[in-house]
Amino acid sequence: MAEYHLTTPISEADARKLKVGDIVYVSGDRVYTARDAAHERALELLKKGEKPPVDFSGSVVYHVGPVAWKKAGKWQIVSAGPTTSTRMELFEDEFLRGYKARIIVGKGGMGPKTLAALKEVGAVYCSYTGGCGALAAKGLKEVRAYEWQDLGMPEALWVITAQDFGPLLVTMDSHGNSLHEVVSKKVEAKKTEVYAKIGVKP
Amino acid sequence: MKDPSQVIHDCAVRLLKMAVTKLPKDVEAALRAAEKSEDDPTAKTQLSAILSNLELAATGVPMCQDTGVIIYYVKVGDKFPYSGMIQDALVKATRRATEEIPLRPNAVHPFTGVNSGDNTGEKIPWVNWEIVPGDSVEITVFPKGGGSENVSIVGMLKPGVGLSGVKKLIVDNAMKYMGEACSPNIIGVGIGGGADIAIKIAKQQLLRPLDDTHPEPAVAKMEKELMEALNMTGIGPMGLGGKTTVLGVKIGYAMRHPASLPVGVAVQCWAARRSTAVISKDLKIEYLTHPGGK
Repeated sequence: MAEYHLTTPISEADARKLKVGDIVYVSGDRVYTARDAAHERALELLKKGEKPPVDFSGSVVYHVGPVAWKKAGKWQIVSAGPTTSTRMELFEDEFLRGYKARIIVGKGGMGPKTLAALKEVGAVYCSYTGGCGALAAKGLKEVRAYEWQDLGMPEALWVITAQDFGPLLVTMDSHGNSLHEVVSKKVEAKKTEVYAKIGVKP
Repeated sequence: MKDPSQVIHDCAVRLLKMAVTKLPKDVEAALRAAEKSEDDPTAKTQLSAILSNLELAATGVPMCQDTGVIIYYVKVGDKFPYSGMIQDALVKATRRATEEIPLRPNAVHPFTGVNSGDNTGEKIPWVNWEIVPGDSVEITVFPKGGGSENVSIVGMLKPGVGLSGVKKLIVDNAMKYMGEACSPNIIGVGIGGGADIAIKIAKQQLLRPLDDTHPEPAVAKMEKELMEALNMTGIGPMGLGGKTTVLGVKIGYAMRHPASLPVGVAVQCWAARRSTAVISKDLKIEYLTHPGGK
């Protein structure tokens, strides 16, 4: 379990160094928020051969719908904990292949399609503690742009400069490992014992 | 004389602010105890992040960006003189709190997909009304996040499966959603009534302090048994493994139809936000969950 401090754009080689259990802190200006709607829009542009308003290569894509407000004419992130990542399982693999983001951040983990894409592209999935919105906002220093506002505050594409954003725990890496799979198997193995405790026959 | 509608409005804004920035004492104490008891390093890291986050939030920032759908529980005394003003004051307070705290706008029209931007709209904020004897009103604010709501269920079981079938439903559900509901969770269970009644009772259980004990021994026993069983699963904080999967299980019930065994399971994330105040007929406010209104 190593600790890394990375700056965007993150190279494929740096992303491939990361292993499940490692802790990462991220700084730099290629940090973006994207949930369902933003992923869909980014993929539509890819299909049409059009450019999105930001450069996703080497970036950190954070599954979050932040609370933000405008103070003295400038947007600020107030609270920004992760949202449930499985919703993005539908299109994350395509997004990774198309845009070469290196770190996806969210909560709850993702499925086999994303795991395969992480391996192929050279990227990782990191878990951020769910609900820790105030703590996360500390690392999201500056809002440089608020794109795709028509999607609404939570679904829009927030363009952020981060400083030591973390701790991000690598839970899926580019070597085919997933902590989520490991825990699921352990829980499954406990099922008989749990059923016995409540008097249920398996 | 104070304007009663303004008093209710200001009180509700304050309740919202307290709810989203500071957990009730019982919940915070349970999280601290959990952090101490975990020896799995990942579980400990998750819980200590939660505790650091709480400290930051206490400076006046929403602890979680999902400030939820705003739900109120109102127990209004039959002799409280201003009951007609409550609904309107709560809606206006929700709007003001959204802008001032701020809260995330979480009210989306199901047909047009448009977010109202101020957490209000058709039937939202939702107000649960109860008329009780007395001349005061008790208002509870209960912002409910989407992640844990998405794994809440109603099971219409066959009565023949009995109470062990009820327990199986709850345990199976937890093993399915794993960490998706930001565990450690609190599980509210409602048994009986009907589909709607069961889930209503289930959600209401989430208002109970974690350290209370159900007055009926049979119910209290099932609460304890389920809590122990869920903590045996190894799901742990955020579903990343560990001992603490739930902080509590709270069960309520209603009489059931002979042919039905409805079970509501309401899942609450660790950010179990609630705040309660009582307003007397002469408009004095007492804050119960956050004494002194802090």
